[in-house]
Amino acid sequence: MAHAHKVKRYSGLMDWLTTVDHKKIGILYLIAGGFFFLVGGLEALLIRIQLWKPLNDFVAAHTYNELLTMHGTTMIFLAAMPIIFALMNAIVPLQIGARDVAFPFVNAIGFWTFFAGGVLLNVSWFAGGAPDAGWTSYAPLATNTFSGGHGVDYYVIGLQIAGIGTLVGGINFLATIINMRAPGMSFMRMPMFTWTAFITSALILFAFPALTVGLVAMMFDRLFGGNFFEPTNGGNAVLWEHIFWIFGHPEVYILILPAFGVISEVISTFSRKRLFGYSSMVFATVLIGFLGFMVWAHHMFTTGLGPVANALFSIATMLIAVPTGIKIFNWLFTMWGGSIKFTTANLFAIGFVPTFVMGGVTGVMLAAAPADFQYHDSYFVVAHFHYVIVGGLILGLFSGLYYWWPKMFGRVLHEGLGKLCFWTFFIGFHLTFFVQHFLGLMGMPRRVWTYLDGQGFNNLNMISTVGAFLMGVGTIVFLLNVVITSFKPRNATNDPWEDGRTLEWSIPSPAPEYNFAQTPLVRGYDAFWKEKMEGKKEMLPAEPLGSIHMPSPSILPLIMAVGLFISGLGFMYGKGDYGDGFKAFLFNNHIVAIIGLAITLACMFLRSVIDDHGFHIEPDEITGDKGVKA
Amino acid sequence: MSAHSHVDGKLPHEPEKATLEGRNKVLGFWLFLGAETVLFGTLFSAFLALRHQVGDGNPSSQELFELSTTAWATFILLTSSLTSVFAIQAMHTNKVKSMIIWLVVTVLLGLGFLALEVVEFATYVDEGHKFSTSAFSSSFYTLVGFHGAHVLFGVLWISILIAQIFKKGLTVVTAPKIYVAGIYWHFIDVVWVFIFTVVYLMGKVG
Amino acid sequence: MSTLRPQGPVAEEQFGLMKLTITIMVIVILIVFVIAGYVIIRFRRRPGDKTIPVQVEGNHKLEIIWTVIPIVLLIIIGIPTVNTVFGLAKDHTKDPNALQVKVTAHQYWWEFEYPNLGVKTAQELLVPNDVIISVEAKTADVLHSFWVPSLFGKIDTNPGGNVNTMYFEAPKTGVYLGKCAELCGPSHSLMDFKVKVVDRASFDRWVAAMKNPVAPPQDQEVADLLNKQCLSCHAIGSNGAAFPNLMGIGSRQTVAGILVNTDQPKYENEGSVEQNLEKWIADPQAVKPGTLMPKVDLTQDQVKAIAEYLAGLKLDY
Repeated sequence: MAHAHKVKRYSGLMDWLTTVDHKKIGILYLIAGGFFFLVGGLEALLIRIQLWKPLNDFVAAHTYNELLTMHGTTMIFLAAMPIIFALMNAIVPLQIGARDVAFPFVNAIGFWTFFAGGVLLNVSWFAGGAPDAGWTSYAPLATNTFSGGHGVDYYVIGLQIAGIGTLVGGINFLATIINMRAPGMSFMRMPMFTWTAFITSALILFAFPALTVGLVAMMFDRLFGGNFFEPTNGGNAVLWEHIFWIFGHPEVYILILPAFGVISEVISTFSRKRLFGYSSMVFATVLIGFLGFMVWAHHMFTTGLGPVANALFSIATMLIAVPTGIKIFNWLFTMWGGSIKFTTANLFAIGFVPTFVMGGVTGVMLAAAPADFQYHDSYFVVAHFHYVIVGGLILGLFSGLYYWWPKMFGRVLHEGLGKLCFWTFFIGFHLTFFVQHFLGLMGMPRRVWTYLDGQGFNNLNMISTVGAFLMGVGTIVFLLNVVITSFKPRNATNDPWEDGRTLEWSIPSPAPEYNFAQTPLVRGYDAFWKEKMEGKKEMLPAEPLGSIHMPSPSILPLIMAVGLFISGLGFMYGKGDYGDGFKAFLFNNHIVAIIGLAITLACMFLRSVIDDHGFHIEPDEITGDKGVKA
Repeated sequence: MSAHSHVDGKLPHEPEKATLEGRNKVLGFWLFLGAETVLFGTLFSAFLALRHQVGDGNPSSQELFELSTTAWATFILLTSSLTSVFAIQAMHTNKVKSMIIWLVVTVLLGLGFLALEVVEFATYVDEGHKFSTSAFSSSFYTLVGFHGAHVLFGVLWISILIAQIFKKGLTVVTAPKIYVAGIYWHFIDVVWVFIFTVVYLMGKVG
Repeated sequence: MSTLRPQGPVAEEQFGLMKLTITIMVIVILIVFVIAGYVIIRFRRRPGDKTIPVQVEGNHKLEIIWTVIPIVLLIIIGIPTVNTVFGLAKDHTKDPNALQVKVTAHQYWWEFEYPNLGVKTAQELLVPNDVIISVEAKTADVLHSFWVPSLFGKIDTNPGGNVNTMYFEAPKTGVYLGKCAELCGPSHSLMDFKVKVVDRASFDRWVAAMKNPVAPPQDQEVADLLNKQCLSCHAIGSNGAAFPNLMGIGSRQTVAGILVNTDQPKYENEGSVEQNLEKWIADPQAVKPGTLMPKVDLTQDQVKAIAEYLAGLKLDY
């Protein structure tokens, strides 16, 4: 028998700080990720201003290196990943017909630790200098000998904490997708976005621990006199490159696969057509995820690994082009014979296809090791990875946001502003990065603070800077759209695009706290579309209407993250010169660090001993909700 | 299905899998161990890459390692794995008292292992093998120390669970916790077998 | 200095592979663009259109086609790639006919040693145009990468005895710009160097000139200053010092790798050798942030005198 427990249900700010609801956590991820995206974008604009003319001295050389490091790190770890998690949180449980994720509490931990790590990383700007050894943080440049300040400490510890958040998030989504699917939702009926979320989570699971170890080793080197990467004591700098890229290459696929998923959903919906070659799409996704672990050394062709390694990694890398090609043509043939509606979401999706192809083909070019000796670490590479990450992932994320905005917030974003956003961003993007291919081929290395006049770089760099500002305008238009839309009434229907195919469109926008009043029965791929084609307006229920058990909110995840934050700061400043006051006692004996860890462990202890009984939402409350029929 | 719906009277045969929450917990924990495997795999790779970088005048692995101590540690830890199996078996047959006894034995054996490790490390430091001595020493202490920290965490965790069982009894809520802690304990034993082989035996041979 | 205008066989071979891949890839891009363009126009939704298109599941024939064609294209690229990988990995370090050069990268300058000739120089690698040049590259501090776009692709310089080897040939005489291609600190972008390719006779003259002793400044005061303030770190001609060798600095193309020496200055960073030397010695940090060269305690006149002397250190070859 279910019996009601008294659980405090918060409102206002406390609601957001204590929430374990995947939809709210999704929104938190979106806000935090969006904020860091703006920070990273600002850093990008400063970089482009510095490079708009030769021998510019808009920022100092040292500051420039901080900017390029923080731009890369922020965009990858603090902007792209969280916005992916935002969409995964908001949508995946709805697509598989689940009431929640497998571990709502862990989900909140994931968000708050990511956020604590991100904030810690950015605190460095105000604490004597940001990390400046590049987002790859290669040793020995990143060791104490050559980066004496605390900058790289912030990188190492900030990413470590953010990485914990990502890892538990990945585990959560794997367990959710394996265990929480509605009756009838077999693996081969799962929507493409859920599939890519699944594979991405698996990649996170197997890639992030490698980064964890790399960061631990570098932290020990920097803070406790370790010798992992210290060549003078037998350490090995190339080892860091291996560890970093064993994580780093799968990371690329962690980023791009969800974008593939979004594009599959959007193109299929707005072509009013089933995704072409669904099984080959699934197969291609799995294959890309698998191959993603076999190719890391293609980032290291010039490291001197020898011809055998270079040849093998060349071929392995090229192989990835095959499943990617399958996807591209499947998208094109999904549109073929369809009825294509050019909403903003679909514009981004259609813009994605050729753009991503351009980024993909330069990838194959880079895979040819001897030619890579020329491309490597030049602006050609910069152009390549911005084509796949911005032209691929960011266009995909924009597409997903426009598409699912009504499901997340109950309001449809303004289409006119949306199209303006698309065209400015899209044109700005190509202006910025297309010319960089040629800069690289002409011999401009990446990560250069400035360049000499008279080398033919001037005009192309100027064009690139103009393009960057146009992308900035596109982003501002998006923000404007968000603000304006938020003042409109919350009137989105269940299926605002009218062509929705998957389960999330069968429930109200935004989804109620419990998602599905009755768990739906899934009778095929594109479950909702199947019911609509048979003339029904909603899904068949798989259970009678009954009381719904919900997990209780908790402040512990936030406190755990704060504990890690304090502990991180404590470790970083464990070797300072504070005279001999109280502060020196606290920091130099690692007492601050230990207090921080103790806070986190105490939260884990509390979580273990206090049973979470949750609370129940009763049928009368459910039927009382607007738009739900019992 | 709710977390706290007690099945009156008898617990099901596998109480850890009786609820969706329990099944999620077990699955999630297996996934977590997947991540832990990669973590230790990377630590092992780093150790293998650096283990010959001893540096001039520092003690080598042949000079340092005392196989008799580590053999004892191995024996103790493997025995504790066995006792944790007995605990889970007791849980499946709903013998709470015997389960608690076996868990206590497991914890004590874990503590014994930790004591041996602390003594071992102290001896090494005396012999001039400090964390910052060489790349070999850094990677050695990181790998073995990470494992030691896992054992310590396991000891604390299982102790807390024993206390909970005393207070709440064996239910569909507590059972998955015990089960998952059992898997964890096996995992750190397996890691130790690899450490014993790769670090100590190979280190002794050269 | 562009990779698109290769001036030696190594760069040409790499350029050949680049041309092959670019051609294939442009074709791929065009195919996708054409299909995408056609689809978008042909199948756009007319206003008020409520028809439901046929829900196609897939088409095995098509799917096999766009799996097999890319594989074929990859084989076309893969075979020459593997060939070139092994071709360029040939080891010439034991080749008696090759010129052996040891490259050591520093923050932020390049050291070039000719072990068989007993010569050491900095910033400018002088090579003859008639032999294979075999390079052994390493670093004295952080990672750098050794790159001359029009002659050869890059090779990283690793620390801790991890030496990388490569080779190149430069049949055409001339001066080629080289760059550091791995982030190495604030002045990463200012770590340019030159490869000067000359004919055999002038290379031999250069080697001989490098070994000739240099006359000290005539003014005793300048000579003392030079000894005290410059030669405490640098050397002129002998091999020992850990900082750039100043032998022949007056006939180099640049000062500090980044201040271009020319008699007709056109851009900001250009000037005569003397002006550049003055600028550099007066405030090294302003030219190359993070450089180890300190601002030496010298009056303006003293800087001028030393610059004048150094500018006169020219080599005849």
